[in-house]
Amino acid sequence: MGHPFPFSYEILLPGLPIFWHTFYLFGSRSEFTIFAPDNGRSRLELLQVLITGLGQGCLYGLIALGFVLIYKATEIVNFAQGDLLMMGAFFGVTFIGIMKLPFGLGLLTTLLAMAVFGYLLDKLIIRSMIGESQFSVIILTISIGFILRSVAGGIWGNDLLALETPYSGEMANIYGLMISQEYLVVIAGTIVLSLALFLFFRHSSLGIAMQAASQNQLAAYYMGIPVKRVFSLIWAISALVSGVAGTLMAPISLVSPEMGFIGIKAFAAAVIGGFGSLPGALIGGLIIGCSEQLAGSYLPPGFQKVTAYLIMFLVLTLRPQGLFTQIQQKKV
Amino acid sequence: MSGNILTLRNVETYYGPILAIKGISLDVPAGRIVTVLGANGAGKTTILKTLCGAMDPQKGKISFLGKEIQKTDPDKVARMGIAHVPEGREVFPLLTVQENLMMGAYGRKDKQGIKNDLDLVYTYFPILKERIKQKAGYLSGGQQQMLVLGRALMSRPRLMLLDEPSLGLSPLFVQDIFEIIRRLNQEQQMTMLLVEQNANMALKHGDYGYVLENGRIVMEDTCQNLMASEDIREFYMGIKDEGVRGKRRWKKRKTWR
Repeated sequence: MGHPFPFSYEILLPGLPIFWHTFYLFGSRSEFTIFAPDNGRSRLELLQVLITGLGQGCLYGLIALGFVLIYKATEIVNFAQGDLLMMGAFFGVTFIGIMKLPFGLGLLTTLLAMAVFGYLLDKLIIRSMIGESQFSVIILTISIGFILRSVAGGIWGNDLLALETPYSGEMANIYGLMISQEYLVVIAGTIVLSLALFLFFRHSSLGIAMQAASQNQLAAYYMGIPVKRVFSLIWAISALVSGVAGTLMAPISLVSPEMGFIGIKAFAAAVIGGFGSLPGALIGGLIIGCSEQLAGSYLPPGFQKVTAYLIMFLVLTLRPQGLFTQIQQKKV
Repeated sequence: MSGNILTLRNVETYYGPILAIKGISLDVPAGRIVTVLGANGAGKTTILKTLCGAMDPQKGKISFLGKEIQKTDPDKVARMGIAHVPEGREVFPLLTVQENLMMGAYGRKDKQGIKNDLDLVYTYFPILKERIKQKAGYLSGGQQQMLVLGRALMSRPRLMLLDEPSLGLSPLFVQDIFEIIRRLNQEQQMTMLLVEQNANMALKHGDYGYVLENGRIVMEDTCQNLMASEDIREFYMGIKDEGVRGKRRWKKRKTWR
């Protein structure tokens, strides 16, 4: 099965401005201001834009990681991934913002809650759909997304919430670069999490069993690996990663039930990465994050919103299997 | 040790709407190699799949070490001590040889025992030791078959189910594989249920044999007797004992259908 196109109306909305801007771009030359490095300040500015892009890209990458984890193991594309992020952000707001737990403890509680949530989601709902057609499973995940959104709206309200953290609002000054600390924390958090995941999948017995179960499900059963539980654990990890992304994102953008739509851009990131590779998902996220920020500062307004999809479109045309794929063929 | 470690009684399994095995009863005594012979579609693989829990039988009883195991999940059956070596060399292609082997020991806690078994596997399959770090997907077919056998050994099973270990291998490799199977049986007292199309090899190395046709057992005997049987020689080994006139008499021809 190829990669299903994301069913979203968000992808249609920015469509109009882009035509208008293309017209504008070629209509009058004065608007044509792509890359104009005149002075030393602009290089600094470029760096700043890139670092913001990296931070944003890390968020996309983390969500994409969640997509890929589940897809690789169970061949389910979980369209509720963005909404898992939203749940993570709300858990973060609840534990840190409302219950006033210390930040570290609150983060841990959030992650734990997300892992349990993901585990139960698979065990109670998704698993009952095993053996059904791919399409119904996709519809199921989409509807889970809808349900999560309205449940979150019911519990926490549809207003925008803010998450106060010890580091929010601060600017770090690195050699004259002014970078908001939120983005630095996002980047650091992503590095730590990816390292942890790498070590887990490379060296722990459970991690290798997860790889085994995703490569050859039946053989994994024959080896005594409890495949069903392993799949639920993969959902738990995926939800946990989304929870990290949600908590890290909460101080940057406000928390609302609609924030899960960022998942669509993360989906694009996963497609760019090849949808089967964990590092690919992260790098896909970084590519989208950076190019989005670049487009935001150097291209006419409106481009920022479509960059992710333009890149996905390009990658799908030029290299449909994605940038990083593990190609495997079975010997007969 | 004596007695049967595995018994099947009147097991019936459906493959979708098709009754693939129609009331099978067989016994596997401890420390023996029991073979099941049969043509394509006779139901050999279905028997193994039913045994290991990948398919559920409609009727009948399967007891392993005194416990009934029909309709148990395959991973639980595996942890009870049945190692299934499926046909077609189902390795984990992107894991290394060593990781593949360690997956066989998944669920075992005795570190020293696992290490000993790993060494044991490497003494039986020295070629695997040379390729510890290589990804299993890049091994040759014969090496993959050895890897799968070794992986099954790593769970220290009480019973090994071997599904066509000779499938798609060169005659030389087939000899090697059967040699190792025989040695495992003699040196490790490993009990095996061997399913084969290669009747010649299976009968040469097995102790007791069942002949399966259309989902039914039509003959059972010791492998020596089966080897001597005219029908087996003709139908499964392609050896014709020709009569005086160069043809078998029609009265002696046999079908079970």
